[in-house]
Amino acid sequence: MKLSHLLSVCLLGFSALVALPSQAAPKKEFNVCWTIYAGWMPWGQIATSGIIDKWAAKYGIKIHVTQLNDYIESINQYTAGQFDGCTMTNMDALTIPAAGGVDSTALILGSYSEGNDGVVLKGKGKTLKDLKGMKVYLPELSVSHYLLVRGLEKAGLREKDVTVVNTSDADIVSAFATNGVQAAVAWNPQLSVIKNTPNTSEVFESSQVPGELIDMMVVNSAVLKDNPALGKALTGAWYEMMAQMKAGDKNALNAMAAASGTDLSGYQAQLKTTHLFYTPADNLKFVSDAELAKTMQRVANFSFEKGLLGDGAQSADFIGISFPGNVTLGDSSNIKLRFDDSYLKMAAAGTL
Amino acid sequence: MRQINRHPEKGVHLMLVLLPFVLVIAAYFIGSAVRLEANPHDKLLPGIGQMADAVWRMAFTADKRSGDYLLWMDTAASLGRLLIGLGIASLLGLCFGIASGVFPMWRSPMSSFMTVVSMVPPLAMLPVLFIVFGLDELSKIMLIVIGITPMLARDLEQRAREIPPEIVIKAQTLGANSWTVVLRVVLPLLLTRLLTSLRLLLGSAWLFLISAEAISSTAGLGYRIFLVRRYMAMDVILPYVIWITLLAWLMDLGLRHLNRLCFPWAQGEKS
Repeated sequence: MKLSHLLSVCLLGFSALVALPSQAAPKKEFNVCWTIYAGWMPWGQIATSGIIDKWAAKYGIKIHVTQLNDYIESINQYTAGQFDGCTMTNMDALTIPAAGGVDSTALILGSYSEGNDGVVLKGKGKTLKDLKGMKVYLPELSVSHYLLVRGLEKAGLREKDVTVVNTSDADIVSAFATNGVQAAVAWNPQLSVIKNTPNTSEVFESSQVPGELIDMMVVNSAVLKDNPALGKALTGAWYEMMAQMKAGDKNALNAMAAASGTDLSGYQAQLKTTHLFYTPADNLKFVSDAELAKTMQRVANFSFEKGLLGDGAQSADFIGISFPGNVTLGDSSNIKLRFDDSYLKMAAAGTL
Repeated sequence: MRQINRHPEKGVHLMLVLLPFVLVIAAYFIGSAVRLEANPHDKLLPGIGQMADAVWRMAFTADKRSGDYLLWMDTAASLGRLLIGLGIASLLGLCFGIASGVFPMWRSPMSSFMTVVSMVPPLAMLPVLFIVFGLDELSKIMLIVIGITPMLARDLEQRAREIPPEIVIKAQTLGANSWTVVLRVVLPLLLTRLLTSLRLLLGSAWLFLISAEAISSTAGLGYRIFLVRRYMAMDVILPYVIWITLLAWLMDLGLRHLNRLCFPWAQGEKS
């Protein structure tokens, strides 16, 4: 009895451990996840308004859209194979799923940060140069860290000139309120709270590195290859929502504002610093631009220097990244991150 | 024979002790093999080789950026915080425990208050704590102290009140004043209990330490785990968890031996 009981417990544990590795075969039901962020709120509205069901039904599939609370955890879940797609930034897509061997496709590059991320110092009239020798509080190894390093580069400083103190994004606001903290890097909505503290200066923000912090919907490449219907339905649903937002649909905007814990004007203020691509044509132009590869090279260099590409990585080129028009970056025999424009083209041509 | 009267024989006992460990480890490596077969870069359940590489990198290779040996640096940072925190908590717990356990005049204001205070979850108070104590070392140590002290104080108070009154009265008839009673009767009895309580509270102490390090830090075992969690480096996280478990277990063992060494007379009933 003792033995069989033990065995059954272990079997349970075992089955929990062997969570299904992502499988690729034509299937009918799909799971995608998203987390709260100005540029991803449309996914929530797409799900609740039934737009996703409409598009999924058109291709004879079912798509479950789930909102997760913890951003990093959502990417980990996607990487572990629990979701077929998830929202994440270009840097996290490279360092978590791609570095973890999960071949991923950036299906929709919905927006980039145009002021949603910023470096804030206490005191009036401060500049980037003042960072020298300071302790900077930020979520280490995140886009905030990347932004700081880009800012330091522009100011002729190096990361060695500052001390980075790892602070979780959930704690950054109350951390900034303490006396010991003079500098912090954060993203919205936390950034706006920090900036509203009296006597602070924002010395660097993401609109000074336009197009480098990209917020995307990433889908498992193998699943997408076997199930193009998933790509079509997600892309179709996204641009239907974009059209609604562009037309200033108060209903949809209000719902998104409420879901992100603010009001309409608050959400519109966040959208102002989010460069959303409202039409497939705009998006296509951004994806096809040679700048994108340059950005990804920068991100890959940063990630390699910080050891984010894993043990196997001997250089920043260890992971291959492919771009539209057969352009590749890094090791072309190990392509794990793909920027794909085929679904965008269909959307632009109106053939979805 | 009734189940409650059946005892395992020596060989069976050993086997049953090892069985859960073996099963868990086997389940892990089977799961790991299944996932690695599907994707050799899988990060969720790394194989033994990947973990050995990570340990080698963290413990015996100088970090590219800082030139430090990360595992040892993290261990030193964490153990330093933990030991200082536990030290302060023990001292405070002992003082509060004796004051409210032995002196009725002190018990009235302290006992109920301690009971209520011990129910405040320190982690829920975090934002307030680090506005009061800042974000540096002090706040991390304070989190351990605030988390552990009320439990210790309550436990020691209870033990002090359980001291048979006959002993206290006897000491008084032999001429002891309050101070002597505390020093010669209560303190020895509570010190051995303190070591036992500390063993039980080690788990909580580590919990508070790691939570504190997750909030803001530049080194520490908890810091490293929360940092590499960002890119799902389970090959680093799992060895770190095993290392923490080992450290905690060694501390537990150390406290038990210290107790046996310092207070051999107190071991009888506990065997």
